[in-house]
This record gives sequence, C-alpha cells and structure tokens, in this order.
Amino acid sequence: MSYTFHWEVPLQNMSLFLWGAAATLQMSGVAVLLGLIIAIFCALGRLSKRRFLRVPAAAYVETIRNTPFLVQLFYVYFGLVAIGINLDAFTVAILTLTINCGAYCTEIIRAGIQSIHRGQTEAGLSLGMTHWQVFRYVILMPTLRTVWPPLASQFIATMLGSSVVAVISAEELTYAGMLLESRTFRTFEIFFVIAILYFAMARAFSLLFSLTGQRVFRQAWGQL
Amino acid sequence: MPEIFIAFSYKDVLFLLQGAILTIALCAMAFSCGLFVALLIGLMRAARKIIVLRWVAGTYVEIFRGTPLMMQIFIAYFGLSILGLQLPRFVAVSVPLILFTGAFMGEIVRAGIEAIPRGQREAGWSLGMTYGQLMRYVVAPTAVRIMIPPTVGFLVQLVKGTSLAYVVGYIELTRAGYIVSQSTYATMLVFTLVGAIYFGINYPLSLASQRLEARLKRHA
Repeated sequence: MSYTFHWEVPLQNMSLFLWGAAATLQMSGVAVLLGLIIAIFCALGRLSKRRFLRVPAAAYVETIRNTPFLVQLFYVYFGLVAIGINLDAFTVAILTLTINCGAYCTEIIRAGIQSIHRGQTEAGLSLGMTHWQVFRYVILMPTLRTVWPPLASQFIATMLGSSVVAVISAEELTYAGMLLESRTFRTFEIFFVIAILYFAMARAFSLLFSLTGQRVFRQAWGQL
Repeated sequence: MPEIFIAFSYKDVLFLLQGAILTIALCAMAFSCGLFVALLIGLMRAARKIIVLRWVAGTYVEIFRGTPLMMQIFIAYFGLSILGLQLPRFVAVSVPLILFTGAFMGEIVRAGIEAIPRGQREAGWSLGMTYGQLMRYVVAPTAVRIMIPPTVGFLVQLVKGTSLAYVVGYIELTRAGYIVSQSTYATMLVFTLVGAIYFGINYPLSLASQRLEARLKRHA
C-alpha cells in the first residue's frame, strides 16, 4: 500500500460540509412533511370503497416503491425540461424526494388507520366521552403512536437516500463532497468523512425521535 | 433534430436489456455472497453469551444502516483501489453491495432466530445437542420460514440499490438508460422503458413477499 492519506483536505473544509449537511436536512425535512400530506390523502384513497380512488392511489404507491429513486430523479429532471418547465436542481430534488417519500408514507399511514377498530370509537362514545375526546384519545393518539416509529425510520431513510440527488448537481452534503473531490481528487478521504457525518445525523435523529416519542406518548420504547 | 443525435432504434432496446442483465447479475452476486455474511452477522447478533460478538455484529449493522448506500459504494470502490487491489469492475461494484446485503439480511436472520421460543433451544441443549445441531435441526426449520417473506422484500431493495452502481460508472440498467438518453435524446421514452424494466423485475417480487407474509400470518 503506497497511498498517502490526506485527511487535512476534508477536515479543512468542514464548513463546506456543514453547510451541505444543513441543506440535506432542509431538503429531507421539507420532503417528508410534504410527503406526509400526499400520504394522508393516498392512504384514504387506498382504503376507500370507490374503485376510481383506490386504483390510482395503489398505482402510485406500487410504481414508486418498485423503481429506483435514481430513475425517478432522472424522469422528473428530464421530464420537466421536456414539457418546458425549468426548475433548479434543488427544487427538482425536493419534488422527487416528496413524490418518493409520499408513497412510502402512504403505507405507514394506512397501517396506522387500519390499527384503529370501529368498535373503539363506539366504546369511547358509550363511556360518555365527547366526540372531541374520542378523536383525541381514541383515534389520534393511538394512530400517532403506531405511525411514529416507522415515520422516524422513513425520515432517516429519506435523509440517507437524498445523497443520490447529488447526481443532478442539487447542492447538498454529497454534492459538497463531489465539488471538493473534483478540485483535490481525495475521493476516499472526502467520502469517508461525509459518511461519518451522515451516520452522526442518522443516529442523532434516531435518538431525537425516540426520545420525543417516549415523552409524547409516555411509553417506554426500545431503539427506533 | 440536430445531426449528432442518432434516432432511437431496436439496438438501443437491446442495449437496455443488456444493462438489465447486468443489473440482475449484480443482484445475484450481491445476494448469494451477502447471504454468507448475513448468516454470520445474524448468528453473532443472536449470540446470548458472548457479548463481544454481539457488539461487533451490532456495530457492523448500525454502520451500514446509518450511512447512504451511495457513500458505501464510493468508499468501497475507491478503498479497494487504495489497497492496491486491481479488481474487475463487476467485482469492485459487488463488494459494497455484498456488505450492504450482509447488514440488512443479517437483521432478517437475527429476527428469524429470535422468533424461535427460548424453550425450544433449551430443550435442544438439554438433549445434549451441539450448537451446530441445535441451529440446524431446531432453529433453522422454523426460522427459515419466518425469514422468507422479508428476504423477498429485501430483494426489491437490492435491485433498486444496484442502480447506484451508476455513480462509479458501471453500465447497469440505469447507466445504460442514461447513455441511450444522451445519444438519442429520446429521454422520456428511454426512462419510461428503464422504469418499466425495473418495475417488471420488482413488482412480482413485491407481490410474492406480500402473499408469503399473509400466508405465514394465517398459519401462525
């Protein structure tokens, strides 16, 4: 092994990486929030009795879940240009991440809705709870408790998966690495440091979500 | 249309199919070799007495689950060349995918082993079985059945994951699509085709995974 490592290259450019990390978090945060809104509608669509609501929702979810994110990214990126819409790479990245995340969240929300039985609402009403109390204590909190851990995992998966958007030059953490790499050619050192940053973010958010969950739902959970 | 572009023809479809074959080959390689890593990791994770083994395997899994697959591919691909190994591209791209499979399948193996009631293992021990016999005759028959649905589900993830070999320039399906789209300018047509091929590979697997899981639930 005759390779000399130059760890000072990534270490001296930490500010660039931290800026990239902030962009990554911003991008995945927005994508998950918007994805959740799509997911709530699609989950209701998938559970609907009406075929014309059920079929498109299922088609959307299955298409997204069975094709790679990179292909979806190219499709949106080149597709928007083809129909004459020019957006910057960062917006395209958020858009594609949202579409992608929406499909995965749909399944999570659907499972959450299905976990509440009709009888529970009736039981709540017959105990003399008001409609608002039933909604809050019987429907909302248990559903949130069910969907919280998988949603937290989904946020982390989206954050890690968002590294792919560097391929279309959307400016985030991996792109920051590619930028530095093209100037210094210290590929290994740079991506090693970036991988550590991703890992730290993933662990930190995993812990944060698990603590928040415990506090909000006052129940001891294991690791998310 | 400018002269430099070549019209999209059946040759491009063949090129895409060639890419699809490499995608499947990459998957087969990653899955078959990754299974050995996974078995080792799963057994280490499920080891009750030896904490060091559990800790080492746990760290391995955490690292691969906590970093983007794209970073794993970059680091392994360039790391191998730093080590001075001149590997064929197919092998160099396979290595990170094998390690990735090892981590994710390792968790499936562990879940399978831990789903076996403790009493069964204890019964095996008290009959004087060795560790190997215990795993082979007591744990494996039930654990493997539990492992099948998530394994098929993981295959979908792996097929999608191979698309990231794109970033180191390996010509699998996504890269093939990109090349064709740049030379023919039939971008939407090409990526629709690429997406359809991925869907064609993955959708049957997704369905099978769902069915197998439903069946397992019925029998449990």
